[in-house]
Amino acid sequence: MKKLLILGGGTAGTIIANKLHEALDAGKWQITIVDRSETHYYQPGFLFIPFGIYTSKDVMKPKRDFYPRGIEVVIAEIDKIEPNENRVLLKNNQVLSYDYLIVATGTNIHPEETEGLIDENWLKDKFDFYTLEGSCALANFFKSWEGGRLVVNIVEMPIKCPVAPLEFLFLADSYFTEMGMRDKVDIHFVTPLPGAFTKPIASGIFGDVLEKKNIRLTTEFGIARVDNEKKAIVSWEEEEIPYDVLVTIPTNKGDSAIERSGMGNEFNYLATDKDTLRSIDYPNIFVIGDTTDLTSSKAGSVAHFEAEILYENFLNAVEGRPMRAKFDGHANCFIESGFGKGLLIDFNFDVEPLPGKFPLPGIGPFSLLQETKMNHYGKVMFRWVYWNLLLKGLELPIESNMTMAGKRY
Amino acid sequence: MATREILGKMLEFDADNHLKNRDDWNEQVALELAKEEGIAELTDRHWLVVNFMRKVFMEKGDAPSIRKLTKESGVETKELYALFPKGPAKKAAKIAGLPKPTGCI
Ligand SMILES: Cc1cc2nc3c(=O)[nH]c(=O)nc-3n(C[C@H](O)[C@H](O)[C@H](O)COP(=O)(O)OP(=O)(O)OC[C@H]3O[C@@H](n4cnc5c(N)ncnc54)[C@H](O)[C@@H]3O)c2cc1C
Repeated sequence: MKKLLILGGGTAGTIIANKLHEALDAGKWQITIVDRSETHYYQPGFLFIPFGIYTSKDVMKPKRDFYPRGIEVVIAEIDKIEPNENRVLLKNNQVLSYDYLIVATGTNIHPEETEGLIDENWLKDKFDFYTLEGSCALANFFKSWEGGRLVVNIVEMPIKCPVAPLEFLFLADSYFTEMGMRDKVDIHFVTPLPGAFTKPIASGIFGDVLEKKNIRLTTEFGIARVDNEKKAIVSWEEEEIPYDVLVTIPTNKGDSAIERSGMGNEFNYLATDKDTLRSIDYPNIFVIGDTTDLTSSKAGSVAHFEAEILYENFLNAVEGRPMRAKFDGHANCFIESGFGKGLLIDFNFDVEPLPGKFPLPGIGPFSLLQETKMNHYGKVMFRWVYWNLLLKGLELPIESNMTMAGKRY
Repeated sequence: MATREILGKMLEFDADNHLKNRDDWNEQVALELAKEEGIAELTDRHWLVVNFMRKVFMEKGDAPSIRKLTKESGVETKELYALFPKGPAKKAAKIAGLPKPTGCI
């Protein structure tokens, strides 16, 4: 029996487990998946919780419902990988050996990395929305808030789902307008980037949308600390921006198990070959999802596209055949823009998000980089697609490699 | 793509306005690029960062993030911002004649 061990049963781990379980001969392969948690969180749904659109029960389901039948599931905390011994140590002292390893341990927020973020007012006047706990606390806070300065701050890049902060801003504008108190809320986006987004054309378009929605933008602000007395964020250059409520997107880092294994970069991400998705350092290790060190967006849609590539390359690698499938960094993200509308972006390593129609050139039904009702339905549908198609590793009506058809450039 | 004259030579720049050809770079060009960024002179501390960036780029094919700079160059974040105001990783990469670090995505 050959052993395939998958670390992390989140979006990426679940997808690849389903795909490979289908393809690998059950008589020859034993597949094991390890995760600390029994609950699968639909993370894109965290964004909607502060505004009362979803509640916690809309974003949680048992992980077991999505794993393929017949694989071994271990619920435990991973301590570290010993890549030279081909084994993984768990915190419960169990040792798992493997022939092939797939690492899918994702990325998480680390507010403790910023001085002054975590104190007795954490989740009272300073919140995140990248965790269920943070987004639920913020929902409670907004219910009785009477208005003031709402500052949304990205601590440092890269972050997972880099459009989520923009969506949060758009939804906040829509929410406070519908509550009849938009004039009492000063929404201010403070980012270390030189513009509203990373890629130039999209950055310009998003910048215009922010302006239209009367959301203030401060760029190139590197936060050094939070001054809790003054209730202000302070940059490394000692500029201060006061807030009444701070919504932070803290430093994102890969899991500490990667650090304990001595395998990650400064963010605990694993050195990954951008074409094949194999580890740069170990030929029997593959990497997928948010924990790669690739420059593609850290998003569920990217994990899905990567899974198609990894699947093909894995099946060839175990047979000693060359790995031919190449990942192009494809990402496809619906962006909720408030008032029942949405935007859509589609891009890869080389091509930045461009305007046009998607997925059918000239027809759509979705419009790239344009606010439409149809794009909003796309986002709403994404939750259904996520639970019913994406996690199960089923085909989606989108190619894994990006296409230029329908794009204007 | 744009071409600009630096020290009497026409040099090519990429879409982010960073130097296109690595061979066009030398210490005099770096000084001129620094001036364009509002940095009047390059001290030993600036050079330490610029040279570190170039070393990492040669090894990895990508310029380092601020976090890596702080961790490995021996220059604290606060000082990095004092040396290269606003975006230290981006500015230092520009002066070092390297493309914009891909980490800022
Ligand atoms: C607010 C928000 C909005 C988002 N919106 C979108 C969107 O609209 N569209 C989109 O495509 N993506 C979106 N995303 C991103 C998407 O959720 C992630 O990119 C995706 O979940 C990544 O999958 P992953 O498997 O790499 O990581 P995860 O799904 O996070 O899974 C990692 C798993 O590893 C486990 N694990 C890690 N370390 C250990 C350990 N030491 N021991 C045991 N288990 C461990 C964890 O428990 C977890 O189950 C959003 C994310 C957030 C936070």
